[in-house]
Amino acid sequence: MAYGDTVAVDGLDLTVERGTITAVLGPNGAGKTTTLETCEGYRRPQAGTVRVLGLDPQADRTALLPRIGVMLQSGGAWSGVRAVEMLRHVASLHAHPLDVGLLVDRLGLDECGRTPYRRLSGGQQQRLGLAMAVVGRPELVFVDEPTAGMDPQLRRATWQLLEEMRGDGVTVVLTTHYMDEAERLADTVHVIDHGRLIASGTPFELTRGTGNSTIRLVVTEPFPPGAPASLQATLGPDTDVRPVNAQSLLITGPADASTLAKVSAWCEQHGVLPESLTLGQRTLEDVFLQITGRELAS
Amino acid sequence: MTAPVSSGTFTPRPGAAPYPRMVTAQARMETKLLLRNGEQLLLAVVIPLIVLIGGLLASRRFDLGIEGHPIDLLVPGVLALAVMSTSFTSLAIATGFERRYGVLKRLGSSPLPRSGLLLGKVGALLVVELLQLVVLGGTGLLLGWQPNLTAAGVVGALLVALLGTAAFASLGLLLAGTLRAEATLAAANLVYLLLLAGGAVVLPASAYGGAGGSLAWLPSGALGEGLRTAFIDGALPVRDLLVLAAWAVAGTLLTARTFRWE
Repeated sequence: MAYGDTVAVDGLDLTVERGTITAVLGPNGAGKTTTLETCEGYRRPQAGTVRVLGLDPQADRTALLPRIGVMLQSGGAWSGVRAVEMLRHVASLHAHPLDVGLLVDRLGLDECGRTPYRRLSGGQQQRLGLAMAVVGRPELVFVDEPTAGMDPQLRRATWQLLEEMRGDGVTVVLTTHYMDEAERLADTVHVIDHGRLIASGTPFELTRGTGNSTIRLVVTEPFPPGAPASLQATLGPDTDVRPVNAQSLLITGPADASTLAKVSAWCEQHGVLPESLTLGQRTLEDVFLQITGRELAS
Repeated sequence: MTAPVSSGTFTPRPGAAPYPRMVTAQARMETKLLLRNGEQLLLAVVIPLIVLIGGLLASRRFDLGIEGHPIDLLVPGVLALAVMSTSFTSLAIATGFERRYGVLKRLGSSPLPRSGLLLGKVGALLVVELLQLVVLGGTGLLLGWQPNLTAAGVVGALLVALLGTAAFASLGLLLAGTLRAEATLAAANLVYLLLLAGGAVVLPASAYGGAGGSLAWLPSGALGEGLRTAFIDGALPVRDLLVLAAWAVAGTLLTARTFRWE
């Protein structure tokens, strides 16, 4: 294909457009890292084919590797190497690396430039990992949980960097289990769970595309048995009722006065006292809950 | 989502650095890390120096059954020990921890091919061995070492050092590529100590009595005997070179089949 790189995961096709940010979203253990590592050539797919930039990550390794950048979830540096020394080393393996000083500056690594890797904080190791992934001026970067363990300020700086790379034509594929990260950054979101693709689309398509909103009902005492089914029957097939926990339900559907009135009436009938009734736009979190019946955040 | 920002800073311009430059960079990095590590320095220089000076003092006090000047016998043995400590023990430990910390994995996705990584390691080993030769050989000369420098002997010593490095490096990588990092650390040190004591490295095989003949078939024995033949007799140690080459081939084949990068 002229545009985009086809990636097969557990029998399901994911296609990534060039110059976009794609988020692979899912809970811990969903298969996000395995997906990435198959694209990076670390793992041979047991079935199906993987093509990255039109190349086979295993057979065309030598041709592919200089063109991609990889950020591992953790590790990847000698314990005694200094942060900037490591970055310079990776830069020296590329033909036209970025200016190391510029990256150090952008990612705030100057605070720990001479610190041995083993003494860097988790966030500093993350930033160094990201810097190593992008220093070779790749066409495509795979970043595994780029902002895990970062404080909000650094997360924003990281997001800006990834957005700027997209602006410059770099394709970014990232894994995350943060909803806000996927919603803020990604052009396309692939939601995976248990190694299977369960939804794909832009954040808009996934959250608002259906015109549905959400109502979150929290009550003071645990619901009586069979409450979700009973409320579902009251509200009809236009809505979807999912239990979140013993005292909370998520209702997806038209959040209009009629629905609210039915919810209130149902509460009165069943003798439950609402603690809060919150209306909102569907978030990716809600999408995940609705599809899998489980919460995404770990 | 914010509007796309384009600065041109990250405009893709991928490419691997030229192969020789990558290998040089890797060798330089690995050398720096080896020399920065205190335990590795202990193994590379301090222990061989202690063995050299200790052996010399012992030979003055006790009869070790050595013909000629003890220093002429001890220096080649200590140089053999130095080759073994660097190419086997240091390499195994360093590589074991590279596997543990994901360094091999990370470099596996860089433009540096595995052959380049291996060459970089060999380069680092040779640089460290050269430094060991300067320190240990220099100390030997100061203490009165008089090597028998003939053309055949010098070529023989170089070949023994190179093949010995190849043999021990392949065995070191065999450990590092199959065991966990801590187990590699323990095994590499244990094997080093056993060979130092009973492997005919520092002391000639003849000093071990009846067992000496079989010790010369070990890589440690061949390395020590080879350097002694080269520096004392000034001759090309053909048999030892063949033994080391056989170990190098066997070790490389085994390592290539069993090495796990992660």
